[in-house]
Amino acid sequence: MRIVHFAQETRPTDYLQYVRKKVLWIVAGIFLIVVLFIYSISVGAIEIPPRDVVDALLGQANNQKWATIIWEIRLPQALTAIVAGFGLAVAGVAMQSILRNPLASPFTLGISSAGAFGAAFAVIILGSGKMHNSVADAVSIGNPYSTTAMAFFFCLLATAVILLISKMKGASPEAMVLTGVALTSLFSAATMVLQYLSSDTQLAAVVFWTFGDVSRANWQQLGIMTIVVAAGTIYFIANRWNYNAIDAGDETAKGLGVPVEHIRLTGMVVATLITAVIVAFLGVIGFVGLVCPHMVRRIIGDDQRYLIPGSCVMGAILLLASDTAARLVLAPYVLPVAVLTAFMGAPIFIYLIMRGYRH
Amino acid sequence: MTLTTDELSFMYRNRDVLKKISISLPDSEMVSVLGPNGVGKTTLLKCLNRILRPKKGVVMVEGVDLSHLSASEVARKIGYVPQKAEAGRLTTFDAVLLGRRPHIGWDVTDKDLSVVDSILHQLKMNHLRLTYIDEMSGGELQKVFIARAIVQEPRVLLMDEPTSNLDLKNKVEILTIIRRIVNDHHITVLMSMHDLNLALWFSDRFIFLRDGRVLTQGGSDVLTPELIHDVYGVPVSMGEICGVRCVVPHIEKRLHD
Repeated sequence: MRIVHFAQETRPTDYLQYVRKKVLWIVAGIFLIVVLFIYSISVGAIEIPPRDVVDALLGQANNQKWATIIWEIRLPQALTAIVAGFGLAVAGVAMQSILRNPLASPFTLGISSAGAFGAAFAVIILGSGKMHNSVADAVSIGNPYSTTAMAFFFCLLATAVILLISKMKGASPEAMVLTGVALTSLFSAATMVLQYLSSDTQLAAVVFWTFGDVSRANWQQLGIMTIVVAAGTIYFIANRWNYNAIDAGDETAKGLGVPVEHIRLTGMVVATLITAVIVAFLGVIGFVGLVCPHMVRRIIGDDQRYLIPGSCVMGAILLLASDTAARLVLAPYVLPVAVLTAFMGAPIFIYLIMRGYRH
Repeated sequence: MTLTTDELSFMYRNRDVLKKISISLPDSEMVSVLGPNGVGKTTLLKCLNRILRPKKGVVMVEGVDLSHLSASEVARKIGYVPQKAEAGRLTTFDAVLLGRRPHIGWDVTDKDLSVVDSILHQLKMNHLRLTYIDEMSGGELQKVFIARAIVQEPRVLLMDEPTSNLDLKNKVEILTIIRRIVNDHHITVLMSMHDLNLALWFSDRFIFLRDGRVLTQGGSDVLTPELIHDVYGVPVSMGEICGVRCVVPHIEKRLHD
């Protein structure tokens, strides 16, 4: 093949600087996660100085009680916030690209409603909703395993339906979004029927489940989430050029040799799996998947090479900060993080919208 | 011949859109596909680079049957500038760099950067390299999309109405750029056109489609008032103004009164 003649063979330094700046934003974000992470573990009903947090994490704890609090409660919770924030944001950024819709989020395809229905089904029909009610742990679900399993099962069922319909309709974003809208209503209606038939305590348990909460996951569940989120993120980063091409329009992408329908369907399944695992273990945590990509778009632009990792970092920051705030605002009562994500994210988001794009 | 097709046919649902299209595009020439709306110009372009799968027939680029190649391999032979593309929050450099996608492995190499850099210099767009394309005018944007297709280093460049929605100055500028690309890079360009005069001024060859078939193909000598009347159903006269051949449609006098 003939090669184009070049006017000059120099490296475009100003462009490379511009790119380096994006990388710096992401590195700064990772640094912020580390700081927040230590702070998040150190604060709570019992204050643990940051230095002792670091010592305990390095296995050199002086205070055994503190070490137990850190390893049993705060560390898994902080890590869960990071992993879930990461996962919801990467699913969100992928969905916005796949569905060609800035309003798309991990829940656009009805995953949250499907999960909520699954949980309601487990609590009300399978009777896993024995309530504990005490000052310390407000309400909890008696048999979390069947609840998680049912929530996950119905998330997958929703995915399968959307996959089937999109395959029939040639993976068109419109078909996917509209099917998602239909499934959301269907599952919400079904959940309402179940709630109507339920007892007061069951109803409370179902409502409680839908408030997403990162303290729910144990180490094993955290491990499963981490594997799924990591695998999914690697998949999306490996396809970053394909997503850039799809953002430029389907025809442009096809002209660049991108198998658009295939990428859409696979991306949708990967994003939904990530979301399904998070929803099943933690409940519904809104807003993170919708706004984190937009926050990052306004700071470093639409280039998926930086948008994907940037959104992941932003998701982790937002969810970790929200969870820390959720544990502090009404201390000693702990709010579920889902209540706080919107409170934390919305003002920043509105500020970024008002300010416009960074130049 | 750079690109040839043999009895290419395409059906959309049960409707024949293209019927046994056989065309050949010589090396380093600018070829216009002409014909009324809905005749299958865009469909033909999309069948050539396999965005649409033809029902029958063969497309060969430099003797290679495209149906034996992967999508990325096809993209290294044929570039495509669609009529509509999205302009996101990307700099010109990034938007053009996307055209290297068929060549990029895991990450961008210095070669990719230098190809983009030199095209931006050639098209005199270097000062816009860090400008966001969502803030650009239609003419600038079209240049970005053309640059994107050229950095694919294709042998054939397909363009779907490259000058629609542009003002006269930009029309002439874009076509002059395409002309220069054809000459400098020895790329063959096939573009669908509506404006007969622009096609006449800039193209080496013409392909006229009617009812999904090739009515006529050839050099500028095939362009006659009879042919144009036949294809578009409008009587025209052809003449020279300032040494340039022009097509003027016969408009009923009373419209002006």
